[in-house]
Amino acid sequence: MGLCPKCDSDCREEPLSDPETTLLTTPLDALHRELGGKMVPFAGYAMPVQYPQGVLGEHLHTRSAAGLFDVSHMGQATIEADDPAALLEELVPGDIKGLGVGRTRYSVFTNEAGGILDDLMISKLAPGKLFLVVNAACKDADFAHLQARLGGRADIRVLADRALLALQGPKAAEVMAGLYDGAEAQPFMTIREAGVAGIPCLITRSGYTGEDGYEISVPADKAEKLARLLLGLGGVKPIGLGARDSLRLEAGLCLYGSDIDTTTTPVEGAIAWIIGKRRREQGGYPGADTVTRQLAEGAPRLRVGIRPLGRAPARAHTAITDLDGTVIGEVTSGGFGPSVDGPVAMGYVPAAFAAPGTPLRLMVRGKALEAAVAPLPFVPHHYFKG
Amino acid sequence: MTTRFTKDHEWIKVEGSAGTVGITDYAQHALGDIVFVEPPEAGRVLKQGDDAAVVESVKAASEVYSPVSGTVTEGNAALADQPALVNESPEDQAWFYKLTLSAPAELDQLMDRAAYDAYVKGLE
Repeated sequence: MGLCPKCDSDCREEPLSDPETTLLTTPLDALHRELGGKMVPFAGYAMPVQYPQGVLGEHLHTRSAAGLFDVSHMGQATIEADDPAALLEELVPGDIKGLGVGRTRYSVFTNEAGGILDDLMISKLAPGKLFLVVNAACKDADFAHLQARLGGRADIRVLADRALLALQGPKAAEVMAGLYDGAEAQPFMTIREAGVAGIPCLITRSGYTGEDGYEISVPADKAEKLARLLLGLGGVKPIGLGARDSLRLEAGLCLYGSDIDTTTTPVEGAIAWIIGKRRREQGGYPGADTVTRQLAEGAPRLRVGIRPLGRAPARAHTAITDLDGTVIGEVTSGGFGPSVDGPVAMGYVPAAFAAPGTPLRLMVRGKALEAAVAPLPFVPHHYFKG
Repeated sequence: MTTRFTKDHEWIKVEGSAGTVGITDYAQHALGDIVFVEPPEAGRVLKQGDDAAVVESVKAASEVYSPVSGTVTEGNAALADQPALVNESPEDQAWFYKLTLSAPAELDQLMDRAAYDAYVKGLE
């Protein structure tokens, strides 16, 4: 059978010629190995795809208790200026000027065609200071983009000396409660500067699993201390990238590079909700012409949830056909949803096929499998709204 | 009864010209929790090394290659309802398919238990 030398599955990726010497590591590398993490290359980093518990167990544990994720490979930066929100609005379609101090918003960088260069989290630390978290695979390009477009007018600082941990799950608030003042009451999509065991942290109530949770930016040299502290608290287990992917897929959240990329607009990607009312009226971001037109007239294709009706998972790049067998789109993320206890997928279909319940066919290993458009998320979100 | 193993971690048990095929304990451990299995249908003619079955974990799909050539007589229907059987009983209850061997001499290319164990040890 096909077993990938990197990840022990038939993932068909080319193994790196010399993975050990070419990969970057996060500040938690030694801890991952001590915990038995199976390390794989991801966005240039050695990252744990799973621990001995396994993807299925880690996924279910996160939905029932609390999981700790190392997401230190992601990029962190601050933008300081008199009005950094006005500057950043030149690059993203979100309402950043309307973001209050202490609040966090999901957005995207767009290109001149309205395509998505990356998705990111934007937090307002102070009237003159924004904090950004971007994807690992895009971070060099993102920071160059920020520097090129805003560098003369803002102080852009890449926080390469900070790690990022995510604590996710219904028990996350209980775990954090003892660690800093107001942890339990902190609303979803807000940021706090807080000391945890004497470590200065930037803590957002957010995540990528659909569960309640926190993302904690921590100085790199204190990351292992904080991770060990969290893992020592009741119900917290380490979770790898495998479960991170199945959790976010069930939650209907986009993976950049798969579900959204430079060829998809925010409207096509079904994340038009990130475009604030004022921005819809005024534009003023790259590709606004295209995006504004799609907002008014509809996009030619849309990202939708897809439920295969049988048990067979349909993975990314599976062709989607109509009932006549004509190819109408492609699965962009797909697999087995442990909480759904069945296969789940997302992909792009023409607008006429986007209504929930629309029957589709998925071409899996030469067979047309029955499927239907399904509402997202597959598993209800459990965010803490305060 | 003769049991032989491939470098790709399939096993085959043979009695006369009847063979039973599955994946090894090493393979199920490497794959992790199995969530879907698609065994071949009876009547399918396989050449040695052909994709014979599919086994999927949460994170990926893998092909099972036929250790020998032959005609499938039965796929293990129990695996459709209980894919986790592959993790629990990989070398016994979770057989993938039975076949009638068309070229029994192919078995000579495969490893016996001692050789396979040594091979797996070398991978660790």
